[in-house]
Amino acid sequence: MNVAVEMDAVRQGELLDISEAGPAPKRIIAGFGFWIFLLSDIVMFSALFASYAVLAKASAGGLTGVQLFDQRNVAMETALLLLSSYTCGMMSLAINSRRYLATFLGAVVTFLLGAAFLALELREFQGMIALGATPERSAFLSAFFTLVGSHGLHVTVGLAWLVLMMVQLSLRGFQDVVVRRLHCFSLFWHALDIIWVLIFTVVYLMGVLP
Amino acid sequence: MTEMRWDVAPGDRPTIPVSEQKASSGFLVYTLGLLLAVILTVTSFWVANTTAIWAPGVPAGLAVLAIAQMGVHLVFFLHITTGPDSTNNVLALAFGVLIVFLVLAGSLVIMANLNENMMPHTELMNLQMQR
Repeated sequence: MNVAVEMDAVRQGELLDISEAGPAPKRIIAGFGFWIFLLSDIVMFSALFASYAVLAKASAGGLTGVQLFDQRNVAMETALLLLSSYTCGMMSLAINSRRYLATFLGAVVTFLLGAAFLALELREFQGMIALGATPERSAFLSAFFTLVGSHGLHVTVGLAWLVLMMVQLSLRGFQDVVVRRLHCFSLFWHALDIIWVLIFTVVYLMGVLP
Repeated sequence: MTEMRWDVAPGDRPTIPVSEQKASSGFLVYTLGLLLAVILTVTSFWVANTTAIWAPGVPAGLAVLAIAQMGVHLVFFLHITTGPDSTNNVLALAFGVLIVFLVLAGSLVIMANLNENMMPHTELMNLQMQR
């Protein structure tokens, strides 16, 4: 009997074995599942990058990257997206310590920076189209608009998602499900910044090399 | 406490209770990441525009800087670590990188090879004229 009591005490003191512990908490499963989705999204972008790299010189006698790309504009876009990624991180910290005001502040700044990025990108597209560099002009421009446009579309979806999450947060507070979704949003936003790093390097910087 | 049993998800909140960790550690990680990313970005733009670097080496330099910056983002913003509780995340990432590499390298090699072996236009014309 004495032995049995001792064994009980030991069992409660240590962690359950992995096979007895059951599934991981939903927070971890959701985060990991979203990570898998992000990787599949990155694989999709790799196909767009591959087609762009193959078609980058196929300008069919039309305008090329050297004539179209404005590095100052790209640098501003890069700075905006990087800063919004940073403020999104600040928002995550505020969520972790359950601070309402800081979370909303982080979300607003993230949204404004993302929206400014999108505005710059749309203005750039508009300027290119005004010069006659439309997607149907050449294979290079088709690939360019598909690649950069897909990223812009992701940013648009991200902005809509952020607004939706702020509505949910104000209605439901820091419920587990809201925190999970906010966490997935921040993963999404950081992944978009990673893809932008590749875009500004491959498209805008390598595209204007002589 | 039992949560230590499972792997962490990418960017998940730390398993250490808030009371035990330093208040500013998360802030420091993000700020350090931002600083490194800014340095790498500025270097990228400088490398693309300078004449101080041997021109054929510039694309390779840009590629290295981009990969380094993606690593910075993964570590400091997405909190992918090499710790034992992050194995699942790293394995998924490794698989993703493998597929990305196959898609990119495969497409580029095949298309370059096709271009090289494509019959030049002038030869095509000659063949037609020989008939």
